[in-house]
Amino acid sequence: MSKFVPQPDLPAPITNVGVIGWFRRNLFPSPLDAAMTLAALYFLYLYVPPLLDWAIFSADWFGDSRDACTSGGACWVFVSVRFKQFMVGLYPDAEVWRVSVAAGLFVALMIPMFIKGFKHKAYLGAFILFGFPFIAFILFSGGSFGLELVETNMWGGLFLTLVLSFVGIVAALPLGILLALGRRSNMPIVKSVCVVFIEFWRGVPLITVLFMSSVMLPLFLPEGMNFDKLLRAMIGIVLFQSAYMAEVVRSGLQAIPKGQYEAAKALGLSYWESMGLIILPQALKLVIPGIVNTFIALFKDTTLVLIIGLFDLLSMIQSASQDAKWLGFEIEGYVFAALIFWIFCFGMSRYSMSLERKLETSHARN
Amino acid sequence: MASEQPSVPAKAKLWNRPGFRALVFQVLLVAVLLYFGLTILGNTLHNLEQRGISTGFGFLNNEAGFGIVMSLIEFNESHTFGRTFLVGLLNTVLVSFLGIILATILGFLIGVARLSRNWIVSRLAAVYIETFRNIPLLLQILFWYFAVLAQLPRPKQSMTIGETVFLNNRGLYMGAPVPEAGFWLTAIAFAIGIVATIFIARWAHKRQDTTGQQFHTVWAGVGLIIGLPAIVFLLSGTPLAWDLPVLKGFNFKGGMVIIPEWAALLLALSIYTASFIAEIVRSGILSVSHGQTEAAHALGLRNAPTLRLIIIPQAMRVIIPQLTSQYLNLTKNSSLATAVGYPDLVAVFAGTTLNQTGQAVEVIAMTMGVYLTLSLLISFYMNWYNKRKQLVER
Repeated sequence: MSKFVPQPDLPAPITNVGVIGWFRRNLFPSPLDAAMTLAALYFLYLYVPPLLDWAIFSADWFGDSRDACTSGGACWVFVSVRFKQFMVGLYPDAEVWRVSVAAGLFVALMIPMFIKGFKHKAYLGAFILFGFPFIAFILFSGGSFGLELVETNMWGGLFLTLVLSFVGIVAALPLGILLALGRRSNMPIVKSVCVVFIEFWRGVPLITVLFMSSVMLPLFLPEGMNFDKLLRAMIGIVLFQSAYMAEVVRSGLQAIPKGQYEAAKALGLSYWESMGLIILPQALKLVIPGIVNTFIALFKDTTLVLIIGLFDLLSMIQSASQDAKWLGFEIEGYVFAALIFWIFCFGMSRYSMSLERKLETSHARN
Repeated sequence: MASEQPSVPAKAKLWNRPGFRALVFQVLLVAVLLYFGLTILGNTLHNLEQRGISTGFGFLNNEAGFGIVMSLIEFNESHTFGRTFLVGLLNTVLVSFLGIILATILGFLIGVARLSRNWIVSRLAAVYIETFRNIPLLLQILFWYFAVLAQLPRPKQSMTIGETVFLNNRGLYMGAPVPEAGFWLTAIAFAIGIVATIFIARWAHKRQDTTGQQFHTVWAGVGLIIGLPAIVFLLSGTPLAWDLPVLKGFNFKGGMVIIPEWAALLLALSIYTASFIAEIVRSGILSVSHGQTEAAHALGLRNAPTLRLIIIPQAMRVIIPQLTSQYLNLTKNSSLATAVGYPDLVAVFAGTTLNQTGQAVEVIAMTMGVYLTLSLLISFYMNWYNKRKQLVER
C-alpha cells in the first residue's frame, strides 16, 4: 500500500484569472454582453474624443475678448473674463475681500469637523450653524464696524447661491424640528396645524412659493413696511424648506425606540427636557445624512431665484451669455455652471454617504 | 400605612395637569394663528384697496387679449382669463404625464443597467446617474433650450425627412392627420381592441390560476389594438388625409408642431427624474434577497424571467413609495417651464395673467390649489397601487 500523496494544486486556468479573466467575467460573459460591450465602446469612441478635444485640447484658455477664440474649441475666455461676476455678482471690487474672508473662515471652521479625534464637534457644529451666519452677515452687508454698506441687490453669483442655500437650511432646521415635534404631538389642534402646514408646502412647487413671496408678501405687510427682494425670497425658501426638514427630522424621531421616551418620562423629565436631552440628540444624529441630502436639493433649487430676478450663479451666466459682445457662448457658460454645481452636489452626496456608513451601527445586509 | 394610601390621587394643581396644559397651549395656538391670519387679511384688503385692485374671481370672465403659443384646446385673444387657466392646466398635465412615462421607462432601463454584470454598461449607467442628478434641473432645461435646440437651423434651412417632417429652431413640424368620412370605423375598432384585450387578459389570468397554462396576452393585445384597426382602416379605404406643413415666409404653416420649449422641458424633466428613478430601482432590486435569485435559478428560470417574474415584483414594494415622491417632484418641477416660456400653468396663469390683471392673491391661490390637488391625486393613486402590491400577510 503506497501512501496517497496529493498532487500539488494546479493553477487556475489562464482564462479565469488576471486581466483575461477579468475581461471575460466583466465584459464578455455572454454573446449579448459582448455585443453590449462593443456597442458601449463604439459609443465612447464616437463621443468622448471630440468632447475632450472641444473642452480641453483645442479650447481657448487665455485672452480678454472674444477675438481670442479662434481655434473652434470651447472658448473658456468667456468664463475667465466674467469669472468675478460669476462668483460674487456685482459686489464692489474693493469689497470682494469680505466675501473671501467669510469663505476662508467657513473652510477653516469646517476642517476640524472632518478630523477624527476632534472632541468638540458638537459645539463647533452649533457655532457654524448659529454663530457663523451673524459674522458672515456683518461682513457681507456691512454698514457697521467701519465696513461700507453693500446693498443686497449687488449680491450675486455663486456667493448668492451659497448664501441662499445656507440660510435656507440653517433657518429651516429649528422650524423643522418644531414642526416635526408638533406633528408627533398628542394635542389634536397642534398636530393638525403642523400636518396642514407641512403638507401644504410639500405639495406646491418652489417656484409658486417664490412668486408668492415676491408678489403676495408685500400685500400681507402693513402699509409702508417693505422687505428687500432677497429677504422675501429667503422667507419663501425657509418656509418651503422647513416642511421638508420637518419630514426628515420626523423620520429620525420615529427611529428612536419607545423605551427612550418612556425612560425619560420615568426619570421625571418634562417634555422639553426629555426632547432636548434624550430624544433630539439621538434623532438629529441619525438624520444628518438626510439633512445633507435636503441641503443638496435646496442648493440645486436656489437656481429658481433666477425666475424672480435675483442674480444667482445660473442667472449671472444666463445674462452674460445674452450679452451682445459674447453671443454664441451659451454652451461654455452652462458647462461651467454645471461643473460647479456638480462638484458641490457630488462632493456633498459622497459626504452624506460616508456619514451614513459611519452612523450605520446595525449589521450590514448581504 | 398601606391602608392610608389614598385611593384617589391628591388633586394636582390645575396648572400641572397635562390635560389642562394641553388645552391652554392649543387655545393659545389658535388665538395666535387667528390673530396672525386676521392681521394678514386686514393688511391685504387695505393694500388692495390702496392700489385700486378689486378682489374676487370676476376677472376670470374678462377677455384675455393675448395669444398662447401652444394649446390643447382652442384659444385666441378673444377668450377669457378663465380659459387661460384651463390651457395652462392642460399643458402642465400633458408635460407631467408624458414626463412621468418617459422618466419611468428610462429610469428602469438605467437602473437595471447599473446592476448589470457587464462592467462597462454598469459604469456608463453610473456616470449617467451621477451627472444628471447633481446638476440643477433649471440649468438642464436652459441648456437644452438655449444651447441645443436654439442652435438648430432656421426654418429656411430646415432639416427634413422626405419633405414631410421638418426640424428647425422653431420646432419639429409634421403632417397632421385629418380624419375623413368613415374614419370613425377605425376609431371604433381601436376601442373594441382595447376592451377585448382587457377581457382576454382577465381570462388568461384566470386560466393560468386554475390550469397553469399560459397565454400570450401581449401578442393577442398587439394584434387586437394595432392589427384590428389597421385592417378596418385599409378595408374602409384609408379615410385619412395629411395636412402637410408648408414653408410660408419665415415659418411653416399647417401640420402639427412640437415646439422647442416643450421638447426642452420634457427632455430635461425626464432625463433628470430618470436619474433618481434609476437609483430607486437599483436600491429596490438590491433589497430583494439573493436567495430569491438562487431559488429561481434552481427552479430552472433563466435570467430574464427571473428578473421579470421574481425580482421586480418583490422590488416593486420598495420602489413604489419612493417612485411616488419622484412623480410628485416631476409634476411640481414642470412649473420650471416658465423659464423657457412653455405655456404651462405657472407661465400662463401665474405669469402673464397675473401681470395683466394684478389679482395676485386669487391667481397664486388658484395655482397653488392646482398643484396641491395634482399632488393629492397622484399620491392617492399611488397609495392605492401600493396597497395592491403590498405583501399579503396573515
